[in-house]
Amino acid sequence: MTELTLPGGATVATPDPAAVEEAWRRVQLARHPQRPRTLDLVNRIFDEFLELHGDRTFREDPALVGGPAMLAGRPVMVIGHQKGSDTESNIARNFGSAHPEGFRKAQRLMRLADKLGLPIVTLLDTAGAFPGPAAEERGQAEAIASSIKLMTGLQVPIVVVIVGEGGSGGALAIGVGDRVLALENAVYSVISPEGCAAILWRAPDAAPLAAAAMRMTAADQLELGVIDGIIREPGEGAHTDHDATAAAIKEALIESLTVLSGTPTDQLLAARYVRLRQIGAFREMGGPSVEPEVPSLTRRLGRILRLSGVPRRPRWSEIWPSGEDGGDTEDEA
Amino acid sequence: MPIKFPFSRRRVGPTDAWTKCPSCDQQVFNRQLERNLRVCPNCGHHFRMSIGERIDLLLDEDSFVERDSTLESVDPLGFTDKKAYPNRLEAAQVKTGLREAAVWGIGTIEGRRVAIGLFDFRFMGGSMGSVVGEKVARCLEAALAERIPAIMVSASGGARMQEGTLSLLQLAKTTAPLVRLDEAGVPFISILTDPTTGGVLASFASLGDVIVAEPKALIGFAGARVASGTVGEELPEGFQTAEFLLEHGFVDLVTPRAELRATISRVLRLLPVAPVEGEEGVGEGRGWGPIGVLSGLAERVGGAVSETIGINVEPGANAGNGAGAEPVPGRMRSRTRAASREEDQ
Repeated sequence: MTELTLPGGATVATPDPAAVEEAWRRVQLARHPQRPRTLDLVNRIFDEFLELHGDRTFREDPALVGGPAMLAGRPVMVIGHQKGSDTESNIARNFGSAHPEGFRKAQRLMRLADKLGLPIVTLLDTAGAFPGPAAEERGQAEAIASSIKLMTGLQVPIVVVIVGEGGSGGALAIGVGDRVLALENAVYSVISPEGCAAILWRAPDAAPLAAAAMRMTAADQLELGVIDGIIREPGEGAHTDHDATAAAIKEALIESLTVLSGTPTDQLLAARYVRLRQIGAFREMGGPSVEPEVPSLTRRLGRILRLSGVPRRPRWSEIWPSGEDGGDTEDEA
Repeated sequence: MPIKFPFSRRRVGPTDAWTKCPSCDQQVFNRQLERNLRVCPNCGHHFRMSIGERIDLLLDEDSFVERDSTLESVDPLGFTDKKAYPNRLEAAQVKTGLREAAVWGIGTIEGRRVAIGLFDFRFMGGSMGSVVGEKVARCLEAALAERIPAIMVSASGGARMQEGTLSLLQLAKTTAPLVRLDEAGVPFISILTDPTTGGVLASFASLGDVIVAEPKALIGFAGARVASGTVGEELPEGFQTAEFLLEHGFVDLVTPRAELRATISRVLRLLPVAPVEGEEGVGEGRGWGPIGVLSGLAERVGGAVSETIGINVEPGANAGNGAGAEPVPGRMRSRTRAASREEDQ
């Protein structure tokens, strides 16, 4: 890896220690072992819930649950990541990290909701999609991609609630919505803080620094426009009172769905598209930026000698040639 | 320092005249490598290509016009790790001569107009932040507006960490236009090159109507190290290669670079943009009777022709004909053609 030393480029700003501590505290709360899991919440929020199983293609994935439910007397489709509450149940649930079949089950349930006109509620709580060889073999990336695509086009309202960890592509796979909410101590990130620390700091114990740098708390996400609202948690956090947490979520869901259900479908879809299209920050400079390189006299002469013709425009490979391979791997999903 | 020969048309290899092939360990003369489309002449290893070389490889000469070249990244999070994000961006710009990791524009492939986006892995690992996502989305939207096929040539490590969830949401931003392409009947071709992983693969790159990969390209959701590290399982042979994905049904074709342009051109010919549907008589034109088949065929051909020309010639013909008050591009022509063919028989 070649790193160029630029003038004034050696700024190693230390992040505000208070911010680091605060970010890391939220991450810990979002991962708290007593935090209510999806099914804990579903059973409290909804009057009735019928869990459906299987992706109809390969197998049932217990890391992702879903099925029809009644919300204050109205039917909805609920889908969520499911972590365990102890070692045994966590192993059974694969720590809430779904395989491709989990996302395909979610897609199946979403299509069913679309067919019957049921609004969709998703609850996000995963460290990320499972990255193992079996998941790769069955197309983890394709499963996430097609799940995202499906959600952008569904004709029913979608409300997303990040209840714990919103971990990367595995979270976004069921996280495209018309209204995206988060519990107060939930976090949402492009990569786990540990993963980010390992790649950028080359030190996994820099995770708190990475958590602060990525601004992954609910408050930060609201500020960035990624989420639309925050649901307050009781007392010290959701783990202290599952009932109150569920009640707060229920209230927010009813409020959101009341608004969304009154919106005509075409407006709903147009707004969803605009919402996604607007996310991101960039600037647009005025005027053309990449001027085609003016050929030097020698090059022009050379061309004339070789081609005996009008000097042609430089080829694109001359404008953007390949240099040395490799470089930084600033990645992750 | 690169040596400049006075009359050399090509630039000499960047660091020195020789490159060691990572696959067969042979030393390859850089100029030979460039002449051979950056494919090792000994073992066929495909070296990574710059965006410029890709454009020259795939598109007709002088046909490419870049769009939205003025988009530039900002630092929405104030992200600093060992180095501040703006400094990383600047270093990548100096290194590659690009403003961002992706470029998009309009060009032609054997005369067919396409909207094409391309990635350079050397620019911060080809990672997708707000600008890259915006460019991909605009490319797909342009394809939709012009009703021309969309092509994405991916080479990316995934979403850009330095823009946090704004990068993550680019997965959705780049995927949403694909739903509209589906509805409009505009094909999308995804070309996967070494390496395509993470968030780019988990969004538009996996959703091509046709997905073409380069031989031995690394393609996967999680980096191989992540996969084995997290899971501690032994990785299968050829894990996360283009061939692995072909075997498991996630890519359509693994195509050597020398045949890539011809292959894409075939795909464009065989999967043309759907003809614009008239309000009436759609079923009729696509019927299975002899006339129906012929007119359906002619419709396809007519569609392709008007696509190539870039505009529809119909309104005039329509008016002269005096038949349809509704201008239905492609359909009048197809009927006329079908009729004349029938007469020939």
